Amino acid sequence: MIDTGATAFVLICTAMVMLMTPGVGLFYGGLVRRKNLISMIALSFIAFALVSIQWVVCGYSLSFGTDLQGLVGGLEYAFLQGIGVDGDGIPDLLFVVFQMVFAGLTLAIVTSGVAERIKISSFLVFGLLWTTLVYDPLAHWAWGGGWAAQLGALDFAGGTVVHISSGFSALALALVIGKRLGFGGHGMEPNNIPLALLGGALLWFGWFGFNAGSALAADGLAANAFIVTNISAAAGALAWLCAAWVRGRPGSIGMISGAIAGLVAITPAAGFVDPMAAIVIGAGAGLFCYGALVFRVQKGLDESLDAWAIHGMGGIFGALATGVFAVAAIGGVSGMIDGNPVQFLIQVVDVGVVVAYSFGVTYAIARVVDAVLGLRVTEEEEYVGLDIAQHGESVRV
Amino acid sequence: MSDWTSPSTASPCGCEVIRMKMVCAVIRPEMFDSVKAALEADGIYGMTVGEVMGRGAQRGIALKFRGKVMPVELIPKVKIEMVVSDADVEKVIGIIRANGRTGKPGDGRIFVLPVETICRVRTDLEDPTDP
Repeated sequence: MIDTGATAFVLICTAMVMLMTPGVGLFYGGLVRRKNLISMIALSFIAFALVSIQWVVCGYSLSFGTDLQGLVGGLEYAFLQGIGVDGDGIPDLLFVVFQMVFAGLTLAIVTSGVAERIKISSFLVFGLLWTTLVYDPLAHWAWGGGWAAQLGALDFAGGTVVHISSGFSALALALVIGKRLGFGGHGMEPNNIPLALLGGALLWFGWFGFNAGSALAADGLAANAFIVTNISAAAGALAWLCAAWVRGRPGSIGMISGAIAGLVAITPAAGFVDPMAAIVIGAGAGLFCYGALVFRVQKGLDESLDAWAIHGMGGIFGALATGVFAVAAIGGVSGMIDGNPVQFLIQVVDVGVVVAYSFGVTYAIARVVDAVLGLRVTEEEEYVGLDIAQHGESVRV
Repeated sequence: MSDWTSPSTASPCGCEVIRMKMVCAVIRPEMFDSVKAALEADGIYGMTVGEVMGRGAQRGIALKFRGKVMPVELIPKVKIEMVVSDADVEKVIGIIRANGRTGKPGDGRIFVLPVETICRVRTDLEDPTDP
């Protein structure tokens, strides 16, 4: 039975989440040097286009097909066989496309780790392997009836599936591809901070669709997800701003990074925690991710645009916080404070496995693609910049 | 601007004629920060800087794709213009060379030009050593 209200709502949320992918592109594009601006935005679109096709060919089925040993879905929905306009609440086709925009966004976030040095041809091959071997199983574990769902792990809108996976995958990829030429020595200041802020604005806006839409109905749960999303983003922005202020200037990039950290952390919790917990989660994530970023810089790791610090570590923070702050009155599950410490342990197990799986498998895929095709452009191409070297285009007239 | 008090003689109009040169350096953008810091450490503060595009004898860079050659004719550079006393020219050139060099083609050029007159905009005086 189709619920027209829910269907209308999820249709709109799907479009909002789609806008997050170019949002990531603009955010990352503003942070790189000008010679790689087009490349960075284009990578997000390419990621989205690639995953869109993979999703309808096999990705959806691997994620939401009949459970095989709790690990992956079967292939009965390959090429969307048997998926029609009917469904439970919303049309099955709408659920397919709603989940598709999440998968596309996730690969776009991963491009952080290879910014300013990836060969497009290799990225296409890597991306196809990554979304098939990393994203699809993770989506199945959490939402398709896999082991994490059977265990009772909570992930409302993708804290593990989208954020921990993309963050730790970006880290693995950055370790395989190596640092950018001149990293640590030459200045690599953002070329266009307003553009990065615009990207951040699109992410914040789209995140309402991301979290509220994950209720899959236009109801009170969606409203709760919506408001805790905004609260957490706001708390994260202020927390990071203050932390940066203590050490120097309250930069706008730090502020928007804090907002994204708050959005990431509330993602798994949005349907389980109340608005006051969201303040704690958002502020905590802002400080936690700021610390992760400082750690990353101190270690000299060139995970260039901090998907690991913000999405990876923010995702861990959010997943664990869900186990602490969940209240039965919101999502029907209690966390540690509500008298159910076991939930926290379940979250710890889920986080540990997702971190290990996404880092390990991504590392292996990256090594294979690097050995066969070479992930990286030549030194000369990197020097000239990927806009010209890879696209034959330039923001200079 | 202690440089402006360098050796000088009286000009026909009564103003002082100073012996100064313009040092114009076109260097790699990524080396600019270290060049600027090194100049500053040696007391050279005044400069005019611009982002420019340019090429040298190699006519830019040729990138190769699957056998096809794609020329990149103009490469981004930073141009630094400094007016320094004759006595400081060698030092400035040495600092730019030491801090702007990678050893590969494309490190840039330094041009030294004579400076005829220096006029301050803030006052009508021709000689900037006299405020």
